[in-house]
Amino acid sequence: MPELRMREALREALREEMLRDDRVFLMGEDIGAYGGSYTVTRGLLDEFGPERVIDTPIAESGVVGAGIGAAINGLRPMVEIMTINFSFVAFDQIINNASKFLYMSGGQFNVPLVLRMAAGGGSQLGATHSHSLEGLYAHFPGLKVVCPSNPADAKGLLKRAFRDENPVIFIEHSALYSLKGEVPDDADYVLEFGKARVLREGTDVTIVGYGGSVHQALRSAAMLEDQEQLSAEVIDLRTLRPLDIDTVIQSVKKTNRCVVVEDDWQFGGFAGEISAQVMERAFDWLDAPVARVSGKDVPMPYNRNLEFAALPSEEDVVEAVLAML
Amino acid sequence: MTTQATAPTGIPEGFTPDLLDYMLHQMLFMRRFEERTGEMYTKGKIRGFLHLYIGEEACAVGSISALQPQDGLITHYREHGHAIARGIDPKRIMAELFGREGGTSRGRGGSMHIFDKERRMFGGHAIVGGHMPVAVGLALADKKLGKDAVTMCVFGDGGVAEGEFHEALNLSSLWKTPVLWFCENNGYGMGLPLEKSIANDIYKLAEAYRMPSIRVDGMDVIGVRQATDEALKHIRAGNGPYFIEAMTYRYRGHSMADAELYRTKEEVTEMRKNDAIERLKQRMTGAGLLDDAKWDALVERVEREVAECIDWADASPQPQISTLFDDVYRE
Repeated sequence: MPELRMREALREALREEMLRDDRVFLMGEDIGAYGGSYTVTRGLLDEFGPERVIDTPIAESGVVGAGIGAAINGLRPMVEIMTINFSFVAFDQIINNASKFLYMSGGQFNVPLVLRMAAGGGSQLGATHSHSLEGLYAHFPGLKVVCPSNPADAKGLLKRAFRDENPVIFIEHSALYSLKGEVPDDADYVLEFGKARVLREGTDVTIVGYGGSVHQALRSAAMLEDQEQLSAEVIDLRTLRPLDIDTVIQSVKKTNRCVVVEDDWQFGGFAGEISAQVMERAFDWLDAPVARVSGKDVPMPYNRNLEFAALPSEEDVVEAVLAML
Repeated sequence: MTTQATAPTGIPEGFTPDLLDYMLHQMLFMRRFEERTGEMYTKGKIRGFLHLYIGEEACAVGSISALQPQDGLITHYREHGHAIARGIDPKRIMAELFGREGGTSRGRGGSMHIFDKERRMFGGHAIVGGHMPVAVGLALADKKLGKDAVTMCVFGDGGVAEGEFHEALNLSSLWKTPVLWFCENNGYGMGLPLEKSIANDIYKLAEAYRMPSIRVDGMDVIGVRQATDEALKHIRAGNGPYFIEAMTYRYRGHSMADAELYRTKEEVTEMRKNDAIERLKQRMTGAGLLDDAKWDALVERVEREVAECIDWADASPQPQISTLFDDVYRE
């Protein structure tokens, strides 16, 4: 299997889907001539031409709305929103139109739209450019939310997104674009939504992550083993909607402890959703309350040390696990 | 181009007796449909928000009658008239207002969200201006798929101050998408008069985005139809979007909840003298195409047709609670 960076795996998925289906086309800010702000779409304009790779003005609401209209009317658009932070500008389109069109029309019009966006902090981009809002989008019925943690998943899940009949919010953690991994080059390589993956088996605690936070989970599991002789099971959710809670519950019934890790803010966030569902379905198996390790409850600071302190770390996860023993 | 100083008279070429009969029936039907809809709201048969189209009928009939079956229509929340003009079964529209299973959205949408796939009616949208970018995408798809179809997007003067209006016009012009922008300027965005809402004449804003743009008398169904025919010809020739601002007036409040504190009764009385149905009636009478007997028969027919809509809607079943989760996602 070839080894690719995540941005290359995403590009392969786009390219393969464009070759497979004439209805697929791409829109976004600087995705063509510039090559994409994270270079995911580099080269696609040359290969597919300006009819299928459209450089749009900086008009997130207008462009996402146009994507919705094109999706309703027979095409399979992908709109790249440069970063999730700018998706607020298109919030009306995503929430009021994309997520509700099918329901409001009594099942007549579906919106097969793929919305890709980069998320996550850690690059000193300050408060307006460092959001992690996966949980926010997962809040809305009608949307699907995908958060890959590695190149192979990124490819398989993105290809799956183009075959969905519903709007898919595809969130890529910006710190992972250069991450390398083995990626199947089979054109039929497509992953299902709603299938979490156990990345590491363990018996003492279940650590749940998605997207970028999967890596804190893995590093903390290694630390727990090396330093504390504790065996942690690590679960990558891969999609938040649909959510594979069964895999989490099954694991918690074995380990009796659960920590959820996410970059997103804790208050009202997705870790709280996982925690609640674990409590509802595995209360009698829990030896300690479910712990949440999240981004701190502040707008992201610019200063390197402050930003580091605001993001969840593997040390935070280790600390949370030790506190429940 | 501005509103014609004097109301045109006579019947222009191309307006056959059949077409005129059709337009008169449609306008009268819409008005009676809305009057009875208002009654049904008062009786509690219809709940939620209800925005009546009374007074603006010439806009819907003059423009939508010019569309072809392959064309798309997407509009705002005062859209019962548009849905009727598009040929959607008015029984199903009424049933939607009643929230019944037989409604256009099986009772899930309500008054502000009328959709019909067969007639390519892409809603009824209730976030002001929010449907305008969607219109660009609908037209973009038609263009990419090589279809000879135009997307007509209707919005009110209230939508023009929204950012999405400007984004949508800009994109449609840049990409030369086949969109007919149709502004129903009834002078008020809810209760806010136009001069407090828009800093320029609306049709001039569209000119700034380099598309042909005209202002028409929206109380003259024949004039609206002529302008729309002209616009569609331009768009179908591959020239990109076209903008029509139709000057109209709504006789009733913004919704059923409107106390109308922002305008006088005298103003409404004065504007009603320019009634679109009355104007078409006079022109047809003048041309020997209408007499009292024919008019009375039409009124009677419309009364019966609307009554049938109400009876049908009322007989339609309530949606089953077990279907609550239908159509959140498509498999």
